[in-house]
Amino acid sequence: MNIEGVDKSKRQFLTTALTVVGAVGTGYLAVPFLAQMQPSVKAMAAGAPVTVDISKMETGQLLRVEWRGKPVWVLNRTQAVLDTLKSLDNELSDPRSEKSSQPESSKNPYRSIKPEILVAVGLCTHLGCSPTFRPEIAPHDLGERWKGGFFCPCHGSWFDLAGRVYSGVPAPTNLEIPPYRYITDTQIIIGESAGDKSA
Amino acid sequence: MKLNRFAQSGNWILDRFPLAQLWNDHMAHYYAPKNFNIWYFFGSLALLVMVNQFATGILLTMNYKPDAKLAFDSVEYIMRDVNWGWLIRYMHSTGASAFFIVVYLHMFRGIMYGSFKQPRELIWIFGMLIFVCLMAEAFMGYLLPWGQMSYWGAQVIISLFSAIPVIGDDLSLWVRGDYVVSDATLNRFFAFHVIAVPLVLVMLVFMHIVALHEVGSNNPDGIDIKKLKDVNGIPLDGIPFHPYYTVKDLFGVGVFLIFFTTVIFYMPEMGGYFLEHANFIPADPMKTPEHIAPVWYFTPFYAILRAIPDKFAGVIGMGGAIVVLFLLPWLDRNPVRSIRYRGGLYKKALLLFIISFVSLGYLGTQPATPTATLFARIFTAVYFGFFLLMPLYTRWEKTKPVPKRVTDHHSLLEDIEEQLPLIIEEMTELKPDRPEIGDAAFRGSFYSRRAKLGGVRHVATRLANSIKKSLD
Repeated sequence: MNIEGVDKSKRQFLTTALTVVGAVGTGYLAVPFLAQMQPSVKAMAAGAPVTVDISKMETGQLLRVEWRGKPVWVLNRTQAVLDTLKSLDNELSDPRSEKSSQPESSKNPYRSIKPEILVAVGLCTHLGCSPTFRPEIAPHDLGERWKGGFFCPCHGSWFDLAGRVYSGVPAPTNLEIPPYRYITDTQIIIGESAGDKSA
Repeated sequence: MKLNRFAQSGNWILDRFPLAQLWNDHMAHYYAPKNFNIWYFFGSLALLVMVNQFATGILLTMNYKPDAKLAFDSVEYIMRDVNWGWLIRYMHSTGASAFFIVVYLHMFRGIMYGSFKQPRELIWIFGMLIFVCLMAEAFMGYLLPWGQMSYWGAQVIISLFSAIPVIGDDLSLWVRGDYVVSDATLNRFFAFHVIAVPLVLVMLVFMHIVALHEVGSNNPDGIDIKKLKDVNGIPLDGIPFHPYYTVKDLFGVGVFLIFFTTVIFYMPEMGGYFLEHANFIPADPMKTPEHIAPVWYFTPFYAILRAIPDKFAGVIGMGGAIVVLFLLPWLDRNPVRSIRYRGGLYKKALLLFIISFVSLGYLGTQPATPTATLFARIFTAVYFGFFLLMPLYTRWEKTKPVPKRVTDHHSLLEDIEEQLPLIIEEMTELKPDRPEIGDAAFRGSFYSRRAKLGGVRHVATRLANSIKKSLD
């Protein structure tokens, strides 16, 4: 091939320019391709608040409701349980819920607005299994240390009855507390925080 | 005249497509070492299982509905109402487990005979990529029946991504396409399982074979057969792949199908190991099954995840267990390929590795009790020790001289055929039953074979000695 008189630097420039333009174009195309896998508008809109009537709940009873496709627990705790919660701090990894996720109104030792009513997302903060409700004290399979709580069967994480995680288990933080507020004394709405009353 | 026309149309194709050349390069004139043993069946069997998965998979999509409301029922519909649907589905579900069985054995063959070593590093890398694809394929396929195990298994595995700092939560949200595992997740997993991953898989298998045929197959002696060639340039220890190994592999296929069909027809769930019992309950996002465990082929890695008491470190450990396998060609510093000529140190290390891998696999199916976790931690340490200490101990080991030509070993079957009667003879003796029967005119006894204590002890000692010797 005759390459005499060919301006090589111009060729190199054109090759580089074309490569850059091609790469930018591919980048632009990648945005819609990747973004279409994000939750759709419909999926984002599906998180409507759920109203729960707690007037018929017995003490010690656990209610499961579905909110945004997740299990949410409403637990009516006895005074004995609340007393036990105070004594557990040394065994927990985050007793004051500093690393954990909850609305400001629930950032207290009981992790709730009213001490006796716990509202929590029933998914383990480790890998998202739903822990089992084990209110009994020191059952033979969980041992002497068990003071009642939630036990995750998948990877053996322990939570107390305020959803606070024990230390030395795989779960890193306490169970998530969803935003919720009381409409009346016996009605809770899950999905709206205590602040936005108008919604 | 008719034949002539046939030949003519043949030539018409050959002038336009290098069919004859392809056939010769990869079959009729592809020279493979003549000493392949039983371990060399699993490559072709993996190909067979892949074809089975493709064929049955395509048929299943004809009746399956990738919709959270319909999926579970459509699988039951396939099982009950579609003609032969149960067979197609069991072939597919059993095929998944069979795939991992043959691939694990195929990989172990590679480790045992040093097939990953120079110049076959790329074959090993492609093979590992196939393995990763296979795991993705199996995981996403397992979500499709939308049973309890499908749902919670996917929930756990996708949550693994959320352990990655900074981007983790957004990444797992992007993978799911929703805030929880839902219809969006099911639908995209279907797309990946049916189109995207199989395409990548086929491409990787193609590259795996092209790379293999470029450098040639390794063999149980780990010798380079291309070093010694005859006047025609054909390796002295090589035989053409076709017909020698096509016929041998066909026999392997026959034996494999005996096991495969037995599982399909008589134990398709394999006691809950191939199809887990909890997966016959429709997915319930409100309730996790009491005991969740992945399907058996993921359990070694799952046990490693559980053994580490920290979310992020656990995920790193699980991923690392696969990543170290990729690095194998550079971790093993010993130039000798085959286990036959390697030192006792490596043989013992490999034995420990097999024990830890199998034990982790077992522990992964069991609930995480404190004792089980302790053992899982020990075996996790052994697993990583095998790989990470490899650059050291493979340098210290004392290898044996490697022969120039491939050796002629007795096959295991021949050994058994020859030795078994002798061993039975040694361990037992014929003794007359007492009391004697019959009258004075005709006295006789029944004879029966009984174990002979001395003989049994002798055989056991010899067995122990030969195991010890084979590990030196």
